[in-house]
Amino acid sequence: MAIDPRLAAVEKRLDSVERILAVTGGKGGIGKSVVATTLSIVLARAGRSSGLLDLDLTGPTAHVLLGAQPKAPREEFGVRPQVVDGVSFMSVACFSGTSPAPLRGEDVTNVLLEILAITNWGKLDTLTIDMPPGLGDAALDVVRLIPRAEHLVVATGSRVVLETVRRNVEVLNRYRARILGMVGNMDRGDDSLVRELAAAHGVRFLGSLPYDETIESRVGIPDRLGDSDLARALERCVREEHPGPA
Amino acid sequence: MHELALADAVVTSALAAAEREQLREVTRIAVRIGELQQIDKDVFKFALEQVMPSGEPRLAGTSFTLETVPARFRCRACNRGFTRSETGGSLGKEEAEAIHFLPELAHAFLRCPGCDSGDFAVQDGRGVSIAYIEGE
Repeated sequence: MAIDPRLAAVEKRLDSVERILAVTGGKGGIGKSVVATTLSIVLARAGRSSGLLDLDLTGPTAHVLLGAQPKAPREEFGVRPQVVDGVSFMSVACFSGTSPAPLRGEDVTNVLLEILAITNWGKLDTLTIDMPPGLGDAALDVVRLIPRAEHLVVATGSRVVLETVRRNVEVLNRYRARILGMVGNMDRGDDSLVRELAAAHGVRFLGSLPYDETIESRVGIPDRLGDSDLARALERCVREEHPGPA
Repeated sequence: MHELALADAVVTSALAAAEREQLREVTRIAVRIGELQQIDKDVFKFALEQVMPSGEPRLAGTSFTLETVPARFRCRACNRGFTRSETGGSLGKEEAEAIHFLPELAHAFLRCPGCDSGDFAVQDGRGVSIAYIEGE
């Protein structure tokens, strides 16, 4: 039977990465990409070596948030991530450019495996993963291939969102994935439902991230994302769980 | 280069397999290289030799067999089977390079010659895999 050599490469490739945070939530439109990207900027500004991996393979957007023009990666014992404002960044968009890449399940797994197997991150304190929406192949592959990933669950106070987040948390628990905690995103002053959901599933509530009307004007400008109310709230949320940001 | 990472993955996997099978010596590693990944056999053989760990006695006498596997596709829309050469003219440098790194990006840049759909299955010839390992 054929052996897929990439499986052995994934762990080796991530050896030089101290912590891996997977920003998840299951539902599209709840701000995972904004949270993941801003978090990677916050960590870089705090003096930590920070990486960002966009695993939304069919709808990558982290490059837009970073204001990066995705370009073909430089080859160096694999491929080196692009560095944008101190954040080492990798995305399928670095290869596909602006072309849409329609992928089915097995293709998703192959792309994810290939990116993990060939990306030469170098030494990183933290790699933040922007997880795709849903509980499909990419999400399950991260749980399978990177068991030490710590999942940061993003929720909002919407009951529609919470229904999906609940399923997401239950699957993470069932697969014994490590859950760092839950944040209530786009908070307008009442995050009680998010707190209740976290408590009901034994997940630590890390804090609320305020609804920030200025975010759209900060998209594509890492400095301005790093100076946002969202960034300051994220800093407070992860300070205890993720020593480093001052 | 990118091939070094894949070569390192092959050697790491072969060593893990040797460990599992309790081989004292790996005599041959047979590697399949999918046409889609566009890796030159000589370049990959050179990469494999570069990443062979010098202090590993189980790999001291290992030889490599490299085989390029033609890409075969099956269109999900019209069920036509086709090959890489049937997908039309040569790709631009950036598109070819994208598929070299991530063979599944064929879905972004190649089309079924029968119905122009990008929804096809890659049945064979996608990337690098180990066909078999011989040893004792």
